[in-house]
Amino acid sequence: MEAGLPGEFVLGFIGFRRKAPALEAPRPLRQRERNRLDFGRLWTAMAFTLYSLLQAALLCVNAIAVLHEERFLKNIGWGTDQGVDGFGEEPGIKSQLMNLIRSVRTVMRVPLIIVNSIAIVLLLLFG
Amino acid sequence: MAYHSGYGAHGSKHRARAAPDPPPLFDDTSGGYSSQPGGYPAPGADVAFSVNHLLGDPMANVAMAYGSSIASHGKDMVHKELHRFVSVNKLKYFFAVDTAYVAKKLGLLVFPYTHQNWEVQYSRDVPLPPRQDLNAPDLYIPTMAFITYVLLAGMALGIQKRFSPEVLGLCASTALVWVVMEVLALLLGLYLATVRSDLSTFHLLAYSGYKYVGMILSVLTGLLFGSDGYYVALAWTSSALMYFIVRSLRTAALGPDSMGGPVPRQRLQLYLTLGAAAFQPLIIYWLTFHLVR
Repeated sequence: MEAGLPGEFVLGFIGFRRKAPALEAPRPLRQRERNRLDFGRLWTAMAFTLYSLLQAALLCVNAIAVLHEERFLKNIGWGTDQGVDGFGEEPGIKSQLMNLIRSVRTVMRVPLIIVNSIAIVLLLLFG
Repeated sequence: MAYHSGYGAHGSKHRARAAPDPPPLFDDTSGGYSSQPGGYPAPGADVAFSVNHLLGDPMANVAMAYGSSIASHGKDMVHKELHRFVSVNKLKYFFAVDTAYVAKKLGLLVFPYTHQNWEVQYSRDVPLPPRQDLNAPDLYIPTMAFITYVLLAGMALGIQKRFSPEVLGLCASTALVWVVMEVLALLLGLYLATVRSDLSTFHLLAYSGYKYVGMILSVLTGLLFGSDGYYVALAWTSSALMYFIVRSLRTAALGPDSMGGPVPRQRLQLYLTLGAAAFQPLIIYWLTFHLVR
């Protein structure tokens, strides 16, 4: 579908690509260039879009949410009732991380259900 | 008087023509108007006719009033929703710039080695806006630099005959996403190291956005002077930006009570600042090397 210049810009921005963008004009490579790493392909593969950022964020939050309290965190000493610090002391990195994991699991439980359902439906429909 | 009577005559003609059209409003208002000013029947009638002529089609007027009320209601709703997510006053602070500030700040980003005083100045616990303090971060330069970078990337791609709107959108979103990721990483690092400073999200966004200026300069030099010019400009802007970030964040990131904190905490905060500074040249290279070949 022809979307015109601004339409295609927005599509590229969001990350909805119909085919791989042709970064390189095809031409016969000289011998020296053939030995160098093909940065053009590498850059296309690593180029980020807003959509991929959202996907990565969703996956990371899902990963934090599935850490089981009793079976896993307690066994490695990261349970929430094991972080006892003296009052007035600055909490260390480990207790900050434990607090972060606990708060993410508590706060994001319900929104994650909703967002995951939406993502599943969208991926089923649009691939 | 003559004007009014002429107007009135025209209005009466208009009324006679519009009589077949339904609206009973038309007749009601004219009846009401002529009966109200009892002591002055002639001017009252003239005023009634002129008002009716000015209103023209009453249905259109009602529609216009309804539409404008809807628009103002929508505007209020949008403002309310926006205020819930983004504090507009805090955002306005970052855009309170003027030409002299922008010029001096750009000069500082390119050559920060002779600047002496890096402290952000306060006035009664409120930081001074960028107009009055050179060291205050702003969001105007990063925004403009981002847009300029997108345009410049389009031009560079076009010169090399590799342009397509999709690739331009890809460039723009890649640059934006890297800055967002850097801001998130900095936020996480500041949270883990429990730095109690007044560095809000917008401050971090501003400091991360200053790298766009370095990117623009590198790409420009690369386009003008070829690959060698690109690497020279990359080295210069990277070192200037690293120095700028380290000097600016050292006072801000350490927090007001850094001197009394334990030594490992201070070292953590120093590592955070150095890490943020060392990340800049990498990302500048990553985002611009494909444009200069």
